[in-house]
Order: sequence, then C-alpha cells, then structure tokens
Amino acid sequence: MSEPVKLLGSFGSPFTHRAEAALRLKGVAYEFIQEDLGNKSELLLRHNPVHKKVPLLLHGDRAVAESLVIVEYVDEAFDGPPLLPSDPLARAAARFWAQFAVDRCSRTLFKALWTPDGEARRGLVAETKENLALMEARLDGRRFFGGDQVGYLDVAASGLAWLPVLEELAGVERSMMGEEEFPALCRWRGEYTSHEAVKACLPSRDQIVAFYAGMKERLVLHARSMQK
Amino acid sequence: MAAEKNVGLVLLNSSLSPFGQRCSIALAEKGLPHEYVEEDLAAKSDLLLRSNPIYKQVPVLLHDGRTIIESLIILQYLDEAFPDTRPLLPTDPYERAQARFWADYVDKKVYGCGSRLYMIKGEPQVPANIEMAGILKTLEGELGEKEFFGGEHGFGFLDIALVPFSTWFESFDKFWGVGVAEVAPKLAAWAARCMERESVSKNVFSPEKVSDFIGEMRKDLGIE
Repeated sequence: MSEPVKLLGSFGSPFTHRAEAALRLKGVAYEFIQEDLGNKSELLLRHNPVHKKVPLLLHGDRAVAESLVIVEYVDEAFDGPPLLPSDPLARAAARFWAQFAVDRCSRTLFKALWTPDGEARRGLVAETKENLALMEARLDGRRFFGGDQVGYLDVAASGLAWLPVLEELAGVERSMMGEEEFPALCRWRGEYTSHEAVKACLPSRDQIVAFYAGMKERLVLHARSMQK
Repeated sequence: MAAEKNVGLVLLNSSLSPFGQRCSIALAEKGLPHEYVEEDLAAKSDLLLRSNPIYKQVPVLLHDGRTIIESLIILQYLDEAFPDTRPLLPTDPYERAQARFWADYVDKKVYGCGSRLYMIKGEPQVPANIEMAGILKTLEGELGEKEFFGGEHGFGFLDIALVPFSTWFESFDKFWGVGVAEVAPKLAAWAARCMERESVSKNVFSPEKVSDFIGEMRKDLGIE
C-alpha cells in the first residue's frame, strides 16, 4: 500500500508538529502542504469540514484530523518503529499522559503566557508548574517519556519544546519551566529537539517567531475566551 | 447461576456519570465480570482518591490493582487487555481513527456545549441552542443511514461514547427548546435502537431521571 501521503499544516504550530513528528519517526514519505490559516484551502475545508483546522493528514483519499488521532493512525497504518508501547496498561498510561500534556500542560501554559499580569495569570502559572511537576516525575530518569526511544507521549508533549521562544515573545522574565525546578524536563527538551527524525520537522526559532508574529492581540483574546 | 470467572476488574463509578456509564456499557457488551463500586461524589472513597489523585474523578477502572482512567482510554484498554471479547473498535486503522475523532468530538462538543447549557437561562440560551442543534445535526450526518455509528462493525466505540448523552435529548427539548426529534430525527431513532440493547438500558439514566436531575441542579444553582 503506497498511496500518497499529504500533511496539511501550518509550520510553526505545535499541533502540526505532532503530526509531522509521527510521520518522520515512522519513516513515512509525505508531502507537506503549508496552509495559509487566514485563507484556508478548498482541500482543507473539503476534507475537514467539521473543525476546518490543521493538521490534516490525507492518506490516499482518507482524511484524518486532530493531531493525536493522526499520531495513532500513523502508528497503526504504517510499518516502522512503534510509537505506542505494546503492553495494554502502558498504552493506557501513554494515552492518559498525552491527554494531560496537551490539556493540562500545553493548554494551561498557553493561557498563562497570554493572560495579562495579575492574579489570574499568577494562578495559571502556578497551575502550569504543578502539572509540569507531574510530567517531570513521569520522566523518572529516562531519556524520553517513551524510554530509550521517542514515542507517542514525547510527541504529545512536544509543545513544551516551544516554550523558550514563546516566553521570549510574551516578554516573560522567568521561565515557567526553569532548569532548577525542572531539570529532567529541560534535559528531555534538549534530547527531543536534537533527535534526528524530529529535528527535520522542528521549526527554527525564527520560524516560530514568524508563526506567532502579529498574533499577540489575538492570542490574548483567545486565552481570555478559553474555557477552564 | 455459575460463578463468574474473576478477571480482577473493579469499576469505581457514579451511576450519574455519563462517562462512567460508557464503561459499564462496555463491560456489559464484552461480558466482563467486574466488581462495581458506587462512589458518593460528595464523599469520595480513599480508594478513588488514591487511584486517581490528579483528577479525583470517576470512572476509574482497576485491573489487578492497577489503575486506568478516562472513559475513552478505559474502553480502548478493555479492547486491548481482553482481545477475546467482543471488540469495541474496528480493526482497520482508518475506521479506528474515525471512531476516535468522533468520540473526541462528542467529548468536546456534546459534553462541552451541554454543560454550558446547564448554566444559563433566558436570552443567552439562544446561541447555545443553535450550537447544540448544529452539533446534533453534524453527528446525524456522520451516522447517515447506518444502524449504528460502528457501521459494519455494529454497535461500538462511538455508539458507546455518545449513547449516555442521548438520554439528555428529552431535556434538551424541555429546558432549552432543542427538539432532537425535529432537528436530528435519525439520531433520535439511533438513540431508541440503542436503548433496546440491555447493556445500554441497564446502565444509562432514563430520560426522566436526567430531566429530574437537571431540574434539581438548576434549582440549586438558582437558575429556575
């Protein structure tokens, strides 16, 4: 089965990165189609009518949306090193922590970054750190969340790799994920971002800055409108 | 009755919880014997707090003492840990992706919009009503002419993900004027078909119970 694989995405977006990282780790050849999020293509709208968002994977005529759904699909549909462990309990744990990383770390962190200074922001920062501490404990001396190899949970948590640049953009003085408090996570970030397969699809600092350029007001508004 | 083989399963649940109901339905569909513990959510047991210290919520599945949490994760776990039972997810990766996508949609949209509807009355309800009607229509579009969302696979993962919310349909009409039978008749028919399954009828709250529960809650919150 060698139908063409296309990934519609926005380079610089952590969601798109998850999908791309999965393809790279699995060794799948694909064409990356950069979407202009201000002017979405007919291809995207036709194949993801429900959410109209990237990333969107097109495998032949099959469309798969939602970044973590795409990651699991890539793991199951293609041969290559497994992204999820084989033991059912370990798989359940990976899925749980992936959801936690996405909902309670990346999302909360995003809100914290773009909420103006004040009590609300302090609360969000505290919450982010509490949740990061759980991820820190999860690493438990291992190189990656997946053990020796990058896996599903590493990919799900990859948004944390963006943090230094985003904090710079948001004008944060002290990082939420500082090395003193989170030595294992900081080491993991270094390992993840220097991994051969991941490096190939990781945006540079400039590309991340470009992605977020001119978005600050919108990000602040979005953070405010996000539900708990 | 012959003694059920103990496979070491315990479900910590509250019969109120649609997420917990998903797990009960799944266990019933798979014919998996288990110990059922009804949690008082106002006075959570030590076992629950120890098993799910992060969220302190039901449902929690214990398998030989080890914890699995989050209803959709529990459903997938049951498929993977008990491969000789009736599978909830299909085998084809694309069909599995579709089931996961739509189950995520149910969580975000049906539960998301539904919980917002609870909290409001009067004028502000209108946009939320329109949103809910749209969500139901979208789900109906996915169902199409199929008997169940699982299609050829039959009653499955996505059906189980959505069906506990189907007994909210009458309440959507009563409290918020979203008439599911008019807005999404195929979905209403699907819900009726699901209720014919013992696994569902025994484990979901009846529409009357849901309606009473919502009425009580809205009174408590000073909405009615």
